[in-house]
Amino acid sequence: MSDLVLLLVTGLGLGALYFIAASGLSLIYGLMGVLNFAHGVFMTAGAYAAWLTMGALPVGWPVAGRLVVGVLVAVTVGAVVGLVVEVVLIRPLYRHHIQQVLVTVGLALAGVAAAQGIWGADPRPVESPAWMSGTTDVLGARLPNDRFVYLLVAAALFAGLLALLHLTRLGLVIRAGVENRTMVEALGINVHRTFTTVFALGGAAAGLAGVLYSQYAGAVSPAQGGSLLIFAFIVVVIGGMGSLTGTAVAAVVVGLVQQLANYYAASGVGDLSVVLLLALVLLLRPTSLKGATA
Amino acid sequence: MTSRTDHLTHPHTPSTTQEVVAGTVTPVASGEGHGARRIVRALPAVVVLAVLAYLPYLPVELPGVLPGRVNGPGSMQLLATCLVIGGIALSYDVLFGRTGLLSFGHALFVAAGSYLLTISLSTWALPLPLAVLVALALSTGLALVVGAIALRVGGIAFAMVTLAFAQAASIIVMRNPGGVTGGEEGRPLDRDAVPDLLVGVANAPYRYWLALSFVVVAWVVVTALVRSRAGRAMAAVRENEQRAAVLGFGTYRVKLLAIVVGSSLGALGGVVHALVLGGSNPHLTTSEFTLSLLVMVVLGGAGSRWGALVGGVLYTYADARLVEVSNAAFLQDLPVVVRQVLSQPLFILGVFFVVVVYFAPSGLTGLGGRLIRRSGSR
Repeated sequence: MSDLVLLLVTGLGLGALYFIAASGLSLIYGLMGVLNFAHGVFMTAGAYAAWLTMGALPVGWPVAGRLVVGVLVAVTVGAVVGLVVEVVLIRPLYRHHIQQVLVTVGLALAGVAAAQGIWGADPRPVESPAWMSGTTDVLGARLPNDRFVYLLVAAALFAGLLALLHLTRLGLVIRAGVENRTMVEALGINVHRTFTTVFALGGAAAGLAGVLYSQYAGAVSPAQGGSLLIFAFIVVVIGGMGSLTGTAVAAVVVGLVQQLANYYAASGVGDLSVVLLLALVLLLRPTSLKGATA
Repeated sequence: MTSRTDHLTHPHTPSTTQEVVAGTVTPVASGEGHGARRIVRALPAVVVLAVLAYLPYLPVELPGVLPGRVNGPGSMQLLATCLVIGGIALSYDVLFGRTGLLSFGHALFVAAGSYLLTISLSTWALPLPLAVLVALALSTGLALVVGAIALRVGGIAFAMVTLAFAQAASIIVMRNPGGVTGGEEGRPLDRDAVPDLLVGVANAPYRYWLALSFVVVAWVVVTALVRSRAGRAMAAVRENEQRAAVLGFGTYRVKLLAIVVGSSLGALGGVVHALVLGGSNPHLTTSEFTLSLLVMVVLGGAGSRWGALVGGVLYTYADARLVEVSNAAFLQDLPVVVRQVLSQPLFILGVFFVVVVYFAPSGLTGLGGRLIRRSGSR
């Protein structure tokens, strides 16, 4: 029983991380049809920004305080990077989806290489507040506290994005754009500005994901963003590309499946079963994916 | 806005593909000069092949370009690696450039060829010819299964699904099940199981010729495929899949064929890669390798044999040699951060790639071809 509780909570925590990473990806794909390979770079940028900020702040501050500042900086950095990438690199290639993918691939390669050149390929340890590395006893299971943080952040992000999508004018434009972009343009709405906003939003979410994942892994490394990105891709595909609720459900399922299979089968089987899950979804419900047009 | 995007022609829009197709496929003959023209067209490839085949007899030093003499073991090994990767890029172009399939899983089949060879030589103790056959047959079967599943979705979703499959393979290889893949260390080639000619530093030229013959095989297969009915159906799918479907092509089967042929060639490349480099390396399974294949093909020019081959060779060469750039004298005055970044070949290649996507959408060979035509018309 206690094992199961532990697995469920750690699985949910992992799913929360996947959701934070995938939410921006899903928004960007849904509205703009851009498969953003540079999302991993956004995450890495956020992780390193937080790491540098935490190192630069006075040591006298409590770790939690420095982490909060680090998260704020990471979110800002992610948003700025997303904004710049959209305006400078993606916008001129509007309607050339393959080229957009290619440009983000180039960015992903160059960004990881740049981080590797400056800070080295080896993981650098990150500080984490004492409470987050501790555990809480629930139903006899010793649950790591950081998972609750991820869950809370993911839930807040999900609620925030849903509110944004359904309660604001920007959200209305985004939802309409996902549905039929040409029609929105024909109605005289500047979709380009919305694209930039969505990319900045996605970048901010990616920055957040980067910090939290570095907390989860206990270190920052250049390749970190890329490894999280692959699972984020899988989550986006299983969730039905462009659907935020679908992404949330898929993230939880993927996180749980991965944890449970890793424990009950063998270490590493979890990652494989996620891919199997993807294959199953494709075989059973290929039409649920809106990815037929590229 | 429009004026900026106008020159960024999509590689698959008719205007550019016409150029590409004209450069690679013999146009339908109109008259007797057909045979002669075909020979003239094949001439550059034959000359390049002859020059490449002669390189191991060339005791010249090219300072800064190659490490040591051209026919020295260092240069020979580097050139052999470049050629193998060039051939693998050629096999990837069957999917990406010829059929318009944006696959991120090609590394899976290359790695399958490489690992199945080393495993069947060492673990299953098969003789070399049988091991090669086993590696090719199993990889082709894998391509059939993965392709059949992944093709249930199209476009960007297909890209993601193939990426996920390749990632699964990468995880398996890293976990080292039963000790067969060697985990992060990779699996060395069983030296006793391969002919002496392919082993040892002194025999680097033979490995070079092996790599060269793989490129020739890939070139011939791709040429034959492109000129066949299936090849034309692939081009039709690439240009406009809906139109091809309406015209009565079984687009699913055409795409699956492209995946199977491209992947089998890729697996053969993996086999040769293992023989040339003396083992299987887990780097072959990573998504980074697939992405670099895509970068190679686009750099050189998608949908063109020269493009994919030149892209693969240049990329591998640059990746191996650009490290020297960071030691160059003119860089020593730059700030440390800039030098650190420039010391990463992938950074330079990534930025260069973005530039090519913007300003030379038909790749380096397309750019070269355009310059030649322009100077010729004046």
